[in-house]
Amino acid sequence: MADDISLYDRLGGAGAVRAATEIFYRKVLSDPLLERYFDDVDMDRQIAKQTAFLTMVLGGPGAYGGRDLRTAHAGLNGLDDQHVDRVIAHLSATLKELGAADPDIDSVAQVAASVRDDVLNR
Amino acid sequence: MRVTLAGQDYELRPGESVLEGMARHGVRLPWVCRAGACHSCLVRVVHGDPGTGSRHGLKDAWRDRGYALACLAHPGSDLTISFADDDSTTPATLLPSRMLSPQVLLARVRPVRPVTFRPGQHVVLQGAGMARSYSIANLPAEAEHDGIAFHVRVYPSGAFSSWLARAAPGTPVTIGAPAGECCYLSTDRDGPLLLAGTGTGIAPLTAVARDALANRHRAPIVIIHGAARPQGLYLDRRQALLEPDQGHGQPAAAAGHRPVRWRACVHSRGGDIAETVAREAAALGDPGRIRAYLCGGPTSVARMRRALFMAGMSLQNIHADAFLPAVRAAAAGRTEPPGTAAPARGRPAS
Repeated sequence: MADDISLYDRLGGAGAVRAATEIFYRKVLSDPLLERYFDDVDMDRQIAKQTAFLTMVLGGPGAYGGRDLRTAHAGLNGLDDQHVDRVIAHLSATLKELGAADPDIDSVAQVAASVRDDVLNR
Repeated sequence: MRVTLAGQDYELRPGESVLEGMARHGVRLPWVCRAGACHSCLVRVVHGDPGTGSRHGLKDAWRDRGYALACLAHPGSDLTISFADDDSTTPATLLPSRMLSPQVLLARVRPVRPVTFRPGQHVVLQGAGMARSYSIANLPAEAEHDGIAFHVRVYPSGAFSSWLARAAPGTPVTIGAPAGECCYLSTDRDGPLLLAGTGTGIAPLTAVARDALANRHRAPIVIIHGAARPQGLYLDRRQALLEPDQGHGQPAAAAGHRPVRWRACVHSRGGDIAETVAREAAALGDPGRIRAYLCGGPTSVARMRRALFMAGMSLQNIHADAFLPAVRAAAAGRTEPPGTAAPARGRPAS
């Protein structure tokens, strides 16, 4: 992060991250490549998980379980790097929309990419 | 992990919920949905940690009293539980019922003592060894006169609904504790309301609408009734808003002066409930100000929710109550696996 204060706090904390999650999730659901993976997903649980994930990548409080992430994605067929890249792109676009600076967005994207192996079960 | 109930120890297998584990040992806790929605499997935790998810959706007062949901309880340690207090269910008797349409029964139930509920909530009805969750179709003031009302879709092969349709007035039943958050917020009188229900899912929403009108809601109210076929539209606007309880209650005379829009959406005539709610939401303006209440079958509710979310509404402003397929209740020890659900519709979830 470019600053001592986390991007999480600079964006406005829990409430702002919750709102960001909805924008992010809307982008994901609008993406033909990703949409099908969310057909049978409980939206509340998904938003809760994605809020926890965003909180983690933005440097907010709390622990985020990577093992959970591995289990959650284990049954999804055909998931590969292009899906992860697309999710990270949506995340970056969300942050851009909320006024985050490019260096911040880059570092968030790096943190998000760090769970790639968990998501792709490697 | 071990669960202790009434001095008896029961071993849980890894990954098993308390409800599943107890059932495997032959201990039948009542349940309807097994998804944390119906609150039939409420237990009181005497000692130990039932797991963080086990209190999801419970009222604070219940959490404070140590209640948890057995179906969501994955204990982190050995656990001692007791059955929920008897005061969580109320004995009641059936009042005379009548058919609102060839398929929908207006059932009314008189509890032995007043049951406190908010319009839009649901309860578990138990009778003849079965249990189903149903939304309450009237307001507390109306229920005092006329009993608590339910709109019950009667399926010929539905064990509970067909029993209810045949049962004589005076037949004993019990009413579980009211649950659900699909309720009008009187603190939010200036935001447009969008109420959409499929089938008998419209019933609790008419109660929510009348509650909003009684609270002098200031913004537009749109009610959308979805049905598979035209005969599924068993209520019209006048019945829903002006004659809620066959003449005993106060007719909501003011309704005509309020901006209430009533829309029907019939699938067999090409109507799509998700598209309809999205279109009506768009007509209400800023999605950030709308509050939506959705009730009905799980697929319709999920599709409506997603359509409203994609239209820009926050999920926090979408109160959804999906009817889950009912399964024979465990109250009398007659459980069936969820896959063999009777076609009768129970209710749950917010």
